[in-house]
Amino acid sequence: MPETLSTATRAEIAVAACSDLFRGQHDILASPAGIIPTLGARLAALTHAPSLMLSDGESTIYGDVPALGGVSEFSAGYLPYRELFELIAAGKRHVVMGGAQIDREGNHNFSAIGDHFQPHRQLLGSRAAATNTINHATSYWIARQSTRSFVRDVDFVTGVGANRAKAAGPGAARFHHVHRVVTNLGVYDFSGPGGTMALLSLHPGVPLDEVLDATGFELHVPETIPATRLPDEQELRLIREVLDPAHRREQEVSP
Amino acid sequence: MTGKVIEAQSLQGLFQDGMTIGIGGWGSRRKPMALVAALVRSGAKDLRIVSFGGPDVGTLCATGQVREVVHGFVTLDSIAVDPHFAAARQSGAIATTELDESMLVSGLRAAGRRLPFEVTRTGLGSDVLTVNPQIRTITSPYEDGETLVAMPAVPLDLALIHLNRADALGNGQCLGPDPYVDDLFARAAARTILSAESVVSTRELTEGAHPSTLLLNRTMVDHVYEAPGGAHFTTCLPAYPRNEELQREYARAASDPALWERYRAEYLENETIWRKEAVHA
Repeated sequence: MPETLSTATRAEIAVAACSDLFRGQHDILASPAGIIPTLGARLAALTHAPSLMLSDGESTIYGDVPALGGVSEFSAGYLPYRELFELIAAGKRHVVMGGAQIDREGNHNFSAIGDHFQPHRQLLGSRAAATNTINHATSYWIARQSTRSFVRDVDFVTGVGANRAKAAGPGAARFHHVHRVVTNLGVYDFSGPGGTMALLSLHPGVPLDEVLDATGFELHVPETIPATRLPDEQELRLIREVLDPAHRREQEVSP
Repeated sequence: MTGKVIEAQSLQGLFQDGMTIGIGGWGSRRKPMALVAALVRSGAKDLRIVSFGGPDVGTLCATGQVREVVHGFVTLDSIAVDPHFAAARQSGAIATTELDESMLVSGLRAAGRRLPFEVTRTGLGSDVLTVNPQIRTITSPYEDGETLVAMPAVPLDLALIHLNRADALGNGQCLGPDPYVDDLFARAAARTILSAESVVSTRELTEGAHPSTLLLNRTMVDHVYEAPGGAHFTTCLPAYPRNEELQREYARAASDPALWERYRAEYLENETIWRKEAVHA
């Protein structure tokens, strides 16, 4: 094994896992929230998903793939919020949202903690989680998996999980797709019993017990558990030299 | 320049207790902060504020003028949650109608079109519908038979908007990167007050810029108020970026009534002069 591979950090492994969220996807807007998912989407665009559309998260579609915090040299289009909502309704997007809480059905909360009418901690509000999850692919990035973030029941459903989408009828389930959850410990999908959360891979060096201790619900664990793949040499070079030379990825996941 | 142009002293008379007021901009971007300061000085209370919220909402929470906030978020962008809004929520001082962003867009658009609702898929399965039982679903009358959300119209008594330039007819020009949905606010409102960095002649508005930059036309605007620095401390691109230092001062004031009193006296009571100075510094 070349030396670079053996020294990939946890943050870099999480970046590659976020890049893999976009595998096989063409001509859609990737909307990552957070440092690691942003690096993942840009890494995907520079490697296996060259037609992925990236934006500055405001009104500009990037013509190039800028470094994190870097300046884009040219624009490939205009996407003010009003147009973003049209694009979402047309389903041409894969969002990676952060969140305070997620449950085994994939219901998500970043509105507030506690009672909705008088929360003990106000967070972001509903933002566009309901429109995202009901219209196009959604993945989640939880930088600190714990029993406070992987919970039995979320306090308020902002992002809709499969059970709730199904219960709301065919109009709700039609375009609903929660793809994966990436955390600092592993990668998850919804291939467990009845579409519940299942462990897809453990990041190298993470024992299963650590994941189970950091999960507040019954997680489906397959008989054999693969390790999350390591970024290859090209990916490591792109992460380290091109996309994030300032190591901002380590602000979210310590190396 | 007469027409719809009004002076500072005329603003107060446009605000009344109990009004539903929509505020343009988005988060801590291009918020009509000079108009919000005038609203604070008017003392109008029991307000229902509709906003893609930022320091406009937080300010009115801090002054105790708000009864209810209709919103999808209240953020300062570089500070994730407006602390004045958070304090009002956590103490139970205000009621909220929390919506998905696109549902609020739908509600404003329906109001502007004089329709009772707009149909959308958004909200299905989420707790936005659980906590807002006034929002009903509807069954498609066509063969798909889908159950969808009938997002009710969100009509406004008054809309407050800040743009780069305006004229006395009530044309409003957006030269920044995103018009947000300010035109929908204006359409949804019985009356609209537009503040602008500068009020110029109609000829000047289109001399050096494409007519598509005219976001608002005369049918959407009732009053025009010239307010250089009128969005400060929020962004008003390309004229000025956010003043992060002043925003931090605003946020810090949520932790201490004495700090808030100082902020209020300095920046809300007599804001016209410092705004001009801040922007032209």
